[in-house]
Amino acid sequence: MQQPLSKNPEVKNDTPVLVIEQLHKSYQLGAVQLQVLRGIDLTIKAGEFVAIMGPSGSGKSTLLNMIGCLDRPTSGRYFLGGKDVSRLSDDELSLIRGKRIGFVFQSYNLIGQLNVIENIELPMYYQGYSEEKSAARARELAVMVGLGDRFKHRPTELSGGEQQRVAIARALANDPLVILADEPTGNLDSESGSDIMNILVGLHRKGKTLTIVTHDENVAEQAEQTVHLLDGRIK
Amino acid sequence: MILFRLKRTLKLGIKSLWMHRLRSTLTMLGVIFGVSSVIAMLAIGEGASQHAQEQIARLGSRNIIIKTVEPPEEQDASSQEQSMHEYGLTYSDAERFRNSIPDVEVVVPIRRLSQRAWYRNRKVAIEVIGTVPWYPEMASIQLKLGRFLSSIDMHYKQSVCVVDEKVVRELFAFDDPLGKDLKIASDYYRVAGIVSKQDAGSAANTFNNEVPVASSQGGANVGNVYIPLTTVKDRFGEISIQFSGSSGQNIEKVELQEIIVKVSSMENVLPTRNIVDTLLGRFHKKNDYQVIVPLELLRQAERTKLIFSIVLGSIAAISLLVGGIGIMNIMLATVSERTREIGIRRALGARKRDIIIQFLSETLLLTLAGGILGIILGSFIPFLVTHFGRMPTVITGSSLILAFGISAAVGITFGLYPAYRAANMDPIQSLRHE
Repeated sequence: MQQPLSKNPEVKNDTPVLVIEQLHKSYQLGAVQLQVLRGIDLTIKAGEFVAIMGPSGSGKSTLLNMIGCLDRPTSGRYFLGGKDVSRLSDDELSLIRGKRIGFVFQSYNLIGQLNVIENIELPMYYQGYSEEKSAARARELAVMVGLGDRFKHRPTELSGGEQQRVAIARALANDPLVILADEPTGNLDSESGSDIMNILVGLHRKGKTLTIVTHDENVAEQAEQTVHLLDGRIK
Repeated sequence: MILFRLKRTLKLGIKSLWMHRLRSTLTMLGVIFGVSSVIAMLAIGEGASQHAQEQIARLGSRNIIIKTVEPPEEQDASSQEQSMHEYGLTYSDAERFRNSIPDVEVVVPIRRLSQRAWYRNRKVAIEVIGTVPWYPEMASIQLKLGRFLSSIDMHYKQSVCVVDEKVVRELFAFDDPLGKDLKIASDYYRVAGIVSKQDAGSAANTFNNEVPVASSQGGANVGNVYIPLTTVKDRFGEISIQFSGSSGQNIEKVELQEIIVKVSSMENVLPTRNIVDTLLGRFHKKNDYQVIVPLELLRQAERTKLIFSIVLGSIAAISLLVGGIGIMNIMLATVSERTREIGIRRALGARKRDIIIQFLSETLLLTLAGGILGIILGSFIPFLVTHFGRMPTVITGSSLILAFGISAAVGITFGLYPAYRAANMDPIQSLRHE
């Protein structure tokens, strides 16, 4: 399997790619202020494999949204690749998450109207890549996740495992700092689930920083750092 | 890069519209009908006004036309059957116009008579037009063969005539009419020339219909025969006798049916019209004339056209508005249906403006495609109207551009809000949306 390695030479092992300091997030629900995250401190080093675990309602999803730059913290700081992203505008945040974060969702989240190649191209499209460049890279990535013969297929024509492979290829498109996987095997049978895990762990071995939110102890066991969340705090 | 993005956006737009073909088609129908009704209505309005303007222009924009009208109160008084009924324009009127109005270039007096013309054993009803040699300047007739009346004809009261093509067709068939003698009433007239009429008669009739003109509107006339005015005066006199039903005979004395005055320039038309009015008012006790100013009619027609266009345009605009609301409705439904897709795109790095562009371009594609189809349909409707409704229609280039512009404007106006809503969805909420 051909493996595109990290193109960020400044990111070396033991350099933190992601630093979170005293992160708080609260939501206003009518008159009640709901404290979801209550002072999170987390550092993820380049090339590290981190598992985030915790029961539902522990603030897991909210933390993931913060890491994924989908939301802004109420207070605290968040450095991604050395850049403070906690106070950026919506547009800047959009570009940062397109470039620095590779999302892998539990329910794949592919776009139904687009074929495999077009789905993988999407993050490059929003970064303004040229057509030839993005198409070439999308094909390369599709081959890498083992979908070399499925370029023109629509998501509905693929199995769950295959769809998740497309999602992984898409997450790699812009060579992100972090791959953020939210229960990537949650919707899969155990066989395709372990296939997907093998691909992700393989990426980690090649030097990719990997953060997985999971309920699965077996997944967490493979991680170098496991973060347990409870009531908005790290245990 | 921008081109690639545009191409991508359009490709994606076409793709997602194509996925919902029925919905897209139904949505487009609103725009199609809106745009085609704008074009059709403007074409009908333009056609009607151009037709009217052409007719008026044929009367001449520098002309003032004065017609004899049978005074209304006299009609009641004519119960005294035998009395002679004298009214209308006179030779002195024509003389006065020529001598006392400074800006008058030409004065053409016209006398009309309903008569029958004979050639060998054929007979047709005609209208005799007694006039002067410079008549063709005013009326839109063209000399086809021979010559028109001359001043020598006038001076010597020659028995010559000029006939129009219709008379030639009915009376002479395959004979060459030039030099032949035509019999009208009890006298013979030699044919000196043939003219073709460019519907000037129908232009005059447009206005004759408005006011009954007490001249010889025979109705069944085949065509016109032009004879020198002096000759007509000599041969036919000025008294005409009509037998009108139960009330017996009706004796009328009318000198001229019409006087056309040509003014030196368009600016002088209205001042001259006032002088004409004053002159006539001073010498005519009865209200037995009517002044027609084509220039005024032309301006009036332009005003009417404007109002017509505004009314028709607003009706069409309302249908476009309804089409636009339909589009907005569908786009809002599409946006909420594709909430998850919007969330995914946002997560993968799409900015708000990328989402706006995506949905706006879909709406624009829909309306522009609707606009093009509407233009095709709209150009076809006036064609049918002309063919079956016998109404003139004119499709102007500007109306096509206008309609296309309106459909684009509708697309942007009604596409902005759904696109804006799509862009402002919370990416986290949208990602969770089922």
